[in-house]
Amino acid sequence: MSSAQIEIQLIAVVVAAACALPGVFLVLRRTAMMSDAISHAILFGIVIAFFVTEDLTSPFLVVAATLTGVLTVSLVELLNRSRLVKEDAAIGLVFPVLFSIGVILVSRYAGDIHLDTDAVLLGELAFAPFDRFELFGYDIGPRSLYLMGGIMLINLAFIIFFFKELKLATFDAGLAAALGFTPWMIHYALMSLVSVTAVGAFNAVGSILVVALMIAPPATAYLITDKLSRMITLSVVIGVISAIAGYWVAHWLDVSIAGSMASLTGIVFLLAFLLAPERGMVAIARRRFRQKWEFAQTMLAIHLFSHEDQPEADRECRFDHMDEHMRWNEDFSEKVVGRAEENDILRREGEYLRLTDHGRDLARTAMIK
Amino acid sequence: MDLGAVFHNLIFDYTLRTVALGSAVLGLVSGSLGTFAVLRRQSLLGDSVSHTALPGIALAFLLTGSKAPLVMIIGAAVAGWGGTLLVISIVRQSRIKMDSALGMILSVFFGFGLVLLTFIQKRPDARQAGLEKFLFGQATALMERDVIVMAILGALVLIIVGLFWKEFKLLSFDREFGSSMGLSMHRAEILLTTILVIAIVIGLQTVGVVLMSAMVVAPAAAARQWTDRLGLMVVLAAIFGAVAGVGGAVISSLTERLPTGPTIVLCISGIVIISMLFAGNRGLFWNRLRRRRSRKKLALEAVLLDMYELARQHGDREHGHPLTTLQAMSFRPGSVSHTLQVLEEKGWVLVNSAGEWSLSADGYKAAEKQAAAMEAKR
Amino acid sequence: MNDKPLAVEVTDMTVAYREKPVLWDIDLEVPTGILLAIVGPNGAGKSTLIKSILGLVKPAAGQVLIYGRPYEDQRSLVGYVPQRGSVDWDFPTSVLDVVMMGRYGALGWVRRPGKKEKSVALEALEKVGMTDFVGRQISQLSGGQQQRVFLARALVQDASVYFMDEPFQGVDARTERAIIGLLQELRSAGKTVIVVHHDLQTVPEYFDWVMLLNVRRIASGPVAEVFNEANLRLAYGGRVAFKSHGPEGDISVIETGGRG
Repeated sequence: MSSAQIEIQLIAVVVAAACALPGVFLVLRRTAMMSDAISHAILFGIVIAFFVTEDLTSPFLVVAATLTGVLTVSLVELLNRSRLVKEDAAIGLVFPVLFSIGVILVSRYAGDIHLDTDAVLLGELAFAPFDRFELFGYDIGPRSLYLMGGIMLINLAFIIFFFKELKLATFDAGLAAALGFTPWMIHYALMSLVSVTAVGAFNAVGSILVVALMIAPPATAYLITDKLSRMITLSVVIGVISAIAGYWVAHWLDVSIAGSMASLTGIVFLLAFLLAPERGMVAIARRRFRQKWEFAQTMLAIHLFSHEDQPEADRECRFDHMDEHMRWNEDFSEKVVGRAEENDILRREGEYLRLTDHGRDLARTAMIK
Repeated sequence: MDLGAVFHNLIFDYTLRTVALGSAVLGLVSGSLGTFAVLRRQSLLGDSVSHTALPGIALAFLLTGSKAPLVMIIGAAVAGWGGTLLVISIVRQSRIKMDSALGMILSVFFGFGLVLLTFIQKRPDARQAGLEKFLFGQATALMERDVIVMAILGALVLIIVGLFWKEFKLLSFDREFGSSMGLSMHRAEILLTTILVIAIVIGLQTVGVVLMSAMVVAPAAAARQWTDRLGLMVVLAAIFGAVAGVGGAVISSLTERLPTGPTIVLCISGIVIISMLFAGNRGLFWNRLRRRRSRKKLALEAVLLDMYELARQHGDREHGHPLTTLQAMSFRPGSVSHTLQVLEEKGWVLVNSAGEWSLSADGYKAAEKQAAAMEAKR
Repeated sequence: MNDKPLAVEVTDMTVAYREKPVLWDIDLEVPTGILLAIVGPNGAGKSTLIKSILGLVKPAAGQVLIYGRPYEDQRSLVGYVPQRGSVDWDFPTSVLDVVMMGRYGALGWVRRPGKKEKSVALEALEKVGMTDFVGRQISQLSGGQQQRVFLARALVQDASVYFMDEPFQGVDARTERAIIGLLQELRSAGKTVIVVHHDLQTVPEYFDWVMLLNVRRIASGPVAEVFNEANLRLAYGGRVAFKSHGPEGDISVIETGGRG
């Protein structure tokens, strides 16, 4: 591996970690789409800052982007509160305007300078190593690495310091407000972090990858664990793995690195969706399968129990009645009755099914909720 | 800017005519379909479908080698549909919520689309520069054949909306009731989603992936401010969309280096803002005006009645009272002096040389009527 | 008891959500021409029962017969009033428009509502006392008015059996009286009305039959026979308090908070 390759992967790792951290809360607080909105809207702030400083690498860009992020959130809130449009529409109205203004400004006034809307959306990680950070005349590495590293640390610090508040505001906004933690401040703080992260990453990976890295790894983690701290750690790990794997796939196929990483986050999510221990499709199917038989036997027991001493018992407790009333086909009915007999729930007496005492107990317990 | 020249060009200049027509179709169709998306709280679905369409476009090219508009559109539609299905099944089968599912699918699919694009870029027969225009929209690259395809598909979509109008209305308003009557709301939803996907996809060439969501949401949001009737809302949304489309096309043609897509979006956003401020019932501007008017009216009545009260107490209408007395009686003392001036202009109060206020004969009568009316309301 | 066919016959209705039972093995026989109340604590499955009868929720087991034939064949005989909170009243549509939706089922796909549908709708609106509101945007309606609109919509369905989900919830006293008057009219016309009801107090006064439900069927039958302390305790798990008996030996009940 060349040093450039190592650096690229380092940057990718740092970006992934930096994104996963606020992403966890975006997913939990159901504000995931704000990441999409903000990462597009910050083009506006970046362009304005660029016009002022004429320097693509100025820290002022970060400030401007953060302000734009806050602006986006405020405008969405404003629209919401006016009650003229619904919440989802508000988001879809605000960011295209900001993005459009940004694109127009770029086309009109910055056309010949390297501020390219492509770059904003798509980034190009391959070029990141060429942009060096010099300290006292020493080249100590790619600029993006330090920038994103710093942002990652800020995100981490925020989460650590405000862990209690974040947890409370996310899971019980009412209680949080009653205790004096203003949830809306948390909301704005989070959105600011999202903005900072997005602008930091845009040069290297573009806004689309930022969205993917902020949402997919946390969503994956959400399928695996219930504990917040574990979800955070897991998100970072998953993000990092996706990023590195994505890089190597891109390297092998010679395609867009950012696109490849985004795709990998999706693949990892898919794997979890299918295979996660309790919540994966496979696990659920297996559980349903097992429960289906238990469930069917219990249903049968309850059915027999409630009709046992009734006048219509003769009709209701017959075997050939089962498929009619339980909507079971004959095959299934046979199997269920067979298992029920094995489990000592009932006995077949010719055409009739009689509950055993054990069967009656089962029915009784099942009916108590 | 010579308006005459503009109109002349609209008809005779191939590029402007094509772009304007294409944008008009885009606005018409996405505006009308967007109405249903917005009403069903699926505004961001437009964003999602636009982004998920990208790999579909790339794959369509990879598989067929053709960049014919219909091929692109079919590829985009299939991918857009697939993405939507995935979103729905993720939400249904797991604890992942709608917003996360949307954001995830759109970014992952888009990323995959990028992979495909860069893959195509390397091929010897890569004329894929045509594909990239879907990303940001390149209205100026629209050709007549593109517009014709858009128009046909758009017309088809609108006919379906007309045919199944009551089913879509039912689906959007009270889906369960519709089901209970035996009308398959499931089928209606599939149909509606399909034509929504088509509507979004035909616009991608013009405004690009990122901005398409605005063309779905904004016309409908604007239209809602003006009417309470679904039919009119759809028509207005279509009109707003078309106006923004043509307007954007014209403006960007007249100005150098002004890309069409964003200009169209700014036009429709402008329409939205104007609608929110000024439209009939809900317009913020009128609301504020109305509120101020009623506040003024209330202030007037209050002071009038206070003076009536004083006149009755003293048994003498012409007895003058200083401003401070009236201010003390009022809930909003700051406004009393202004209100008195208005009353004076009306001829209902008089002020003497000592600066004391009293009711005129007319004012007294007016106050009497006012008091009687208030009693009746109780 | 009578030779009239059963309006509704439910057998073995079982609904489960993610392997947890919401309704277990429900049997219910509803004779023609009565007002039936379905009562039970929160989460007892009352709404689910109606929805599964109407095919809105897929049951794990069970059958529904309307006048002796499967529900799917008899949809035109059934009217439905969903819960008021189940729609967004901000939707851009008018009172008349909502009521005409009740005829969409009869119209079938694509056919447009015409003069006939409009006049039927106007009639229904008159019956519920909402004629003055015909062109009104539905967001401007009060709770009671909204409920009336939903009722009018069900009326135009011209059904024989009506299912209503908490129609008295959150309406003013005048509307409540109007609604119960309407239901009684329906009964006199030979219709059957099945109502998920939230207010135990008014059960004896308003309804002929009652079904007590808490995941299982506790009891169902004429109010006088079935609406007693024992069954209520069974249904509500003891969380019911009783006031003293009324003059005719009726029982007034107060549900004490908590969930069933």
